[in-house]
Amino acid sequence: MSSRIQEHPILGEQQKGKMVTFTCDGQELQGYEGEPIAAALKAAGVMVHRYTKKEHKPRGIFCAIGRCTDCVMIVDGKPNVRTCVTPLKAGMKVQTQYGVSDQPFEKQN
Amino acid sequence: MKRYDLIIVGAGPSGLSAAIEAAKRGLEVVVFDENEKPGGQLFKQIHKFFGSKEHKAKVRGFVIGEELLQEAADAGVKVVLNATVIGMYLDKEIVVRIDDEVHHYKGDSIIIATGAAENMVTFEGWNLPGVIGAGAAQTMMNLHGVKPGEKILMLGSGNVGLVVSFQLMQCGCDVVALVDAAPRVGGYGVHAAKVARTGVPFYLSHTIVKAEGEDHVTGVTIAEVDEHFQFVPGTEKHFDVDTICLAVGLSPMSQLLKMAGCEMEDNPKRGGQVPICDEYGETSIKGIFVAGDVSGIEEASSAMIEGRIAGIAAAHYLGYMDDNELKQKVAEQEKALDGLRQGMFAPKNRGKLIEKTEEGIDISMNLLKKGYIADDEIERYPGVTHRAGIHPVMECTQNIPCNPCQDACPKHCIKIGEKITSLPAVDENVDCIGCGMCVASCSGQAIFLVDETYEPGYATVTLPYEFLPLPEVGEKGYGMSRSGEKVCDAEVVSVKTAKAFDHTNLLTIKVPADMAMKARFYRRGEA
Repeated sequence: MSSRIQEHPILGEQQKGKMVTFTCDGQELQGYEGEPIAAALKAAGVMVHRYTKKEHKPRGIFCAIGRCTDCVMIVDGKPNVRTCVTPLKAGMKVQTQYGVSDQPFEKQN
Repeated sequence: MKRYDLIIVGAGPSGLSAAIEAAKRGLEVVVFDENEKPGGQLFKQIHKFFGSKEHKAKVRGFVIGEELLQEAADAGVKVVLNATVIGMYLDKEIVVRIDDEVHHYKGDSIIIATGAAENMVTFEGWNLPGVIGAGAAQTMMNLHGVKPGEKILMLGSGNVGLVVSFQLMQCGCDVVALVDAAPRVGGYGVHAAKVARTGVPFYLSHTIVKAEGEDHVTGVTIAEVDEHFQFVPGTEKHFDVDTICLAVGLSPMSQLLKMAGCEMEDNPKRGGQVPICDEYGETSIKGIFVAGDVSGIEEASSAMIEGRIAGIAAAHYLGYMDDNELKQKVAEQEKALDGLRQGMFAPKNRGKLIEKTEEGIDISMNLLKKGYIADDEIERYPGVTHRAGIHPVMECTQNIPCNPCQDACPKHCIKIGEKITSLPAVDENVDCIGCGMCVASCSGQAIFLVDETYEPGYATVTLPYEFLPLPEVGEKGYGMSRSGEKVCDAEVVSVKTAKAFDHTNLLTIKVPADMAMKARFYRRGEA
């Protein structure tokens, strides 16, 4: 079931512009250009954005306005990007962040 | 180093209002905001605001936001976005990060309007993906058009928790419970009532034991708490949910003020660490002012007025107006602000249990404990009357600063009077024409039109309806009570939509005559 709101009783129909393709951990996903990366991920059903460095616990969206940094991921090779306030662009390469790395913990030394 | 007459930090409701007033008087003003778009949190507010005409009552928050942006553009206000102010120093110097560079500016005066950040509470699993702030839910659904979840539990019964619960349902989410550790609903009774009648159960004196799930939330357990906020063993309840929303208050973002050396205080009535300031918002450092939530948690309407006062005061500080003009202009704003700070939810009453209205009527304890007014309580309020033919029934039972219903009635059959917090009363000498303007104008969705003598054995109830799909005339479903229980069969006899109603549709249902004072919501029959 899509979590995109098609029609809203107060706000009407969504006007969101161009649909673009990006990847998350290699998987091709679609989202609207300019919306926060986190919104596109949420709409695609991605809940886990990163795993914490010490305890390897999952984290996702928490504040959605760039305050809490829970939703940071690796975007186009750059770690610690706040996905809730970073606009989506076509072809973006988004990766789950493990600690501060794109490598799962078992592959880190 | 670039120098400005006035630097404002924060382009939310108070910062923009301050900028408008200052720019109108000829100051060179710049507003820095860390976000991509101006407006702060105003564009997430899709409900109708309270207050009176001067406070833009019954206008939805995002529309007020659009008007404010236009006014700022007309006044020539310069807003720099994606610009995070990361430091402020004694001599009114600030450093701003824009992209990956840090810039240095000097203001002859500064207004800090940074707003507030959401609080959180900790419990087992509180940091799992799927536990989000209520503000995050608003951001996702109202700005980005994405549902925050499918089945949601809301923690917090203040106005944010209540309003966001309603908005979650408006975008198609299922709110399974509204939970608060406090023994009483914290927000407006009318906000609680419109959530309760859709069937959301309220659990006061309850809080979250744990969020369940491995990688993300799959469930939640709540339990009752005693008067010391300790769990009562054996009272646990489980809900299958994918999302938990936290609406547990806001804290002023006053760090810049502290950094600059402004005198601060810890004041629970104002929401935490706040600067000490005078009636103009001026802090202990001359020429540094504050406005909006950073100087004490309230809401957007009062933030905008505080912003205007600070903008006027900054203009005076720099010699752009004399003492007389300052006094006169500020007095106008203060009057509007005082209007909003009246009633049982005024900042001075925070945390107090008020048992009687200003009129001396007992407050509904059921409303405070369960979110709805009990059948045996409703008749005591002045807005609730009976007569043959159609007439308004106003289930407005707490003194809150709001009066659009009084102006909405073309026949003037609703009276609030001079005092903005008074409960609305029906003038029984005037005939109601059933136009429904009062129903649509009530920001609390607390007005209904009732015709107890519609047909032999049947009554009609006209109620505000802001959900999709919109029911159709002839459709059959159920009348729901104030507590959200099915109480009778109901047939939709009219659905009215008009521009003047601003997306509040008027749904008229036909119910058995004895349900005229009980049915307050409509639910479609199962297909």
